[in-house]
Amino acid sequence: MPLSSLNIKKHSILPGFGLTMGFTLMYVGLLVLLPLATIFIQTAGVGWTHLWGIVTEPRLVASYKLSFGAAFIAASVNAIFGLLVAWVLVRYSFPGKRIIDGLVDLPFALPTAVAGITLTTMYAPNGFMGKYLALLGIKVAYTPLGIVIALIFIGLPFVVRMVQPVLETMDHEVEEAAASLGAGRLQTFCKVIFPEVLPALLTGFALAFARALGEYGSVVFISGNMPMRTEITPLLIMTKLEQYDFVGANTIAAVMLIASFVLLFLINILQWWSSKRHTSN
Amino acid sequence: MAGNIKLRQGTRSTHHAANTTELPVIRWLLTLIAIGFLGVMLIMPLIAVFAKALEGGITLYLDAIVEPAAIAAIQLTLLTIAIAIPLNTVFGLAAAWAIAKFEFKGKNFLTTLIDLPFAVSPVVAGLIFVSLFGVRGMFGTWLIEHGLKVIFAPPGIILATIFVTFPFVARELIPLMHSLGTAEEEAALTLGASGWKTFWYITLPNIKWGLMYGVILTSARAAGEFGAVSVVSGHIRGLTNTMPLHVEILYNEYQFTAAFAVASLLTLMAIVTLVVKNFVEWKVQQQLGQSE
Repeated sequence: MPLSSLNIKKHSILPGFGLTMGFTLMYVGLLVLLPLATIFIQTAGVGWTHLWGIVTEPRLVASYKLSFGAAFIAASVNAIFGLLVAWVLVRYSFPGKRIIDGLVDLPFALPTAVAGITLTTMYAPNGFMGKYLALLGIKVAYTPLGIVIALIFIGLPFVVRMVQPVLETMDHEVEEAAASLGAGRLQTFCKVIFPEVLPALLTGFALAFARALGEYGSVVFISGNMPMRTEITPLLIMTKLEQYDFVGANTIAAVMLIASFVLLFLINILQWWSSKRHTSN
Repeated sequence: MAGNIKLRQGTRSTHHAANTTELPVIRWLLTLIAIGFLGVMLIMPLIAVFAKALEGGITLYLDAIVEPAAIAAIQLTLLTIAIAIPLNTVFGLAAAWAIAKFEFKGKNFLTTLIDLPFAVSPVVAGLIFVSLFGVRGMFGTWLIEHGLKVIFAPPGIILATIFVTFPFVARELIPLMHSLGTAEEEAALTLGASGWKTFWYITLPNIKWGLMYGVILTSARAAGEFGAVSVVSGHIRGLTNTMPLHVEILYNEYQFTAAFAVASLLTLMAIVTLVVKNFVEWKVQQQLGQSE
């Protein structure tokens, strides 16, 4: 077993480390690392000025702004309502709570295309939500607002599921101490509870943001895909591909991959921070 | 990471003294806002799928499902699931064994690598297979010379699906196997059981619920994947259409009732996934409670 002879693992009597580790590395290498590397290899052949030209194309720049902006707004809405939902699910009891709690994961389980066509039908000008919003002069489907709605749906479970366990395991005595020292509930929340859930809240926010940035299925139906106005970045990869512009598609993909890696790195730091905060108590 | 639904293993407690809870008015108000938000964002879309699917009556609904193109899409989806599950399950078991039962350098890095498909946009996930196996891709010429077709054909769809679903089993099993520890396996080995026997009789029964949930999650995601599959499929009706792609085509052809009929099947699968998740969570909690 070549891996165990490298002495990278501590001694254990359990067998199979070499076999399972070797298989894991091979699978990850063949299926993830090699394919992802091709994106960068294929763009490396293109000159810098040409690359810069593709990356700063006005239509693409408009899509970055939309994708980032919509993902940010959606993740912020999810941070606020996610914290509220987590709080209500942990602290209060009401009929149907178990079912509601179970339903929170629906956006993870529901295929994105189904979410896309459903939200579009609901918020279209003749849909049963769009109808009433139209009376107020609000257009949702085929506008950036529609994209935000789809991204809120997609990212809804992240903050709830990150914050919920922190609230569940939180020490009551700290709150009681705050109360006995004369703090009001709002003061206790702001000064005692909120700092405690902040790392989890930020992690949830970052996860929802990362997911929203790359989301495709639920957005393409509701966005209407109008150039310069409602085109998200992943859609432009699709457009380039349909025009057989492989260099263009690969370049945009490389930009998106770099963004994902940066976010993944940030999320890992946040998770480390939140677990450190949690174990130090 | 994105798209992952981890099982929760925590204990819950709701009892609070009067000085550490809010006024009833505030409690009611917060509960109402939370339920209102979830009602509009989750429950209404859920009802809308079935309402739209059954709008034209039950016969129209059934017709949309048994139509040849729909059957072909269902078959391709089932084939994709049937290939993705065994491969990703074996990987998940191997990765969880290596990561949860042993201590080694670079463990966190490996876990991050396994999470990677969650962080990658589905469209990018599809594109990487086009740049590998497409006509102008790395192995494109070689594939054409040998008369093989991956992109715009079922193999591409299956590859893209394996990519987007491969972390699920591993991500469910790693924390579960970690919290179960290694004491039982060590006891079996000391008593003279072989490695395989230990895995088969000790580890597998312990992780069966988590494994089952990972498999269900893999199949739900494999059935529902849209972006990645959309890139590699080429949308050839009856040949390279999975269920979500079939939904898209019907929707774009303004066959709304048919689109929602097929969508309702996928929604039912999502609901089954959620029910299984809650059942497994309860089972795992029971199991961990017993072993303590």
